[in-house]
Amino acid sequence: MATPSSAEHRRPARTLHRFANPGQFLRLSGKITPWLFWIGGLVTVGSLTWGLFFAPDDWQQGDTVRIMYVHVPFAWLASAGYFSLAVCSFSSLIWRHPLADLAAVEIGPVGAGFTAVCLATGSLWGKPTWGAWWVWDARLTSVFVLLLLYLGHIALVRAFDDPTRGYRAGAILALVGVINLPIIKFSVEWWNTLHQPASIGLTGAPTIAASMLWPLLGSAIGFTLLFAAITITRTQAAVMEQRIRSLLMAKASSMSGEESVS
Amino acid sequence: MTRKKRRLLIFLACGIGLASATALVLSAFNDNLVFFVSPSDLAKTASAKTAGREVRLGGLVERGTVEKSSAGLAGVRFSVTDGSASVPVEFKGILPDLFREGQGVVILGHQQPDGVFHASEVLAKHDETYMPKEVADALKKSGRWNPADGPPPPASTWTQSAKQTR
Repeated sequence: MATPSSAEHRRPARTLHRFANPGQFLRLSGKITPWLFWIGGLVTVGSLTWGLFFAPDDWQQGDTVRIMYVHVPFAWLASAGYFSLAVCSFSSLIWRHPLADLAAVEIGPVGAGFTAVCLATGSLWGKPTWGAWWVWDARLTSVFVLLLLYLGHIALVRAFDDPTRGYRAGAILALVGVINLPIIKFSVEWWNTLHQPASIGLTGAPTIAASMLWPLLGSAIGFTLLFAAITITRTQAAVMEQRIRSLLMAKASSMSGEESVS
Repeated sequence: MTRKKRRLLIFLACGIGLASATALVLSAFNDNLVFFVSPSDLAKTASAKTAGREVRLGGLVERGTVEKSSAGLAGVRFSVTDGSASVPVEFKGILPDLFREGQGVVILGHQQPDGVFHASEVLAKHDETYMPKEVADALKKSGRWNPADGPPPPASTWTQSAKQTR
């Protein structure tokens, strides 16, 4: 064990709190991130090659349907990433996890990037199929709101001189924004939208041919692993940055202490 | 009560409040959140008040109603239906590639007093079905689906017909 805190001495490593220890996190994540990057990269490249070059054309959309192999995984990850941001914010607010604070700060920009790519590819797909780059229907608007939530979180957590206050404010914003996730998911069922309903659900058979479904699921798994790899690596960097900062602070304060004594 | 428990309770109370507030707002603005109205909705709300106002109309292009006018510019007339009501539409302009009989469309325009819907924009709304050309051809050949009639049969039944024709 690396230097366990006094709190852990009193109540020895219980359930998930074990992983909240930054030292433990660094050792574990250092082992798994190379695997995440390599497997994620290979699965993504393989599935995209399959989807873009070997999967069949759609009967009415032709080649345009291949945008799906990028758009759909990014749309899923935009929502899933926000959910992970909310989980971090929840543990930050309730249990005051220091690691959850750092992870939430690092998930934000990655999720915002994925949401932006989802919107951009959706726009590119919308023009040839629907005939419009953008419409203000419930699905498109709610995903746009998701992007604004990500951007608001990015700005808010960095807006305070005291980082802890930024973490609190960002966590509250992230948790309020969770209400948008069911709206995104069910917008296509609750209201008339130009966007079509989901083709793949937990109940019922998918309405997409198996020859297109497999490359889609493959690229979704690949991009998910890459998303995890990127956010974990960013969080590692944030932990180390914080350690260095506290070391420098300690050094600076001891030096200034010496100066004031002499 | 520990501080953690208190924070959790506050969180739950805020969550329930926020969720119910959002649900109320969304249900109150339900009419404004829909992107388009169906032909039956249009018939129901048709009155002096709504006549001439710009709305979006959505439905399927009715089978056998598409007429391209040879005279003048690229003009087209067709009917949009939701099964129970049907609205004649007039449009001058470029139709999306996916436009065909049986396709879902969303049309921006206004209804004339004579009942004809003057469209300024036609968008295609495709459904959630994705299938290769061979499957679509097999379904059409076996007579189990005509694209002009509407959405295709459920995916679980595709493989049989694909195998039959192979």
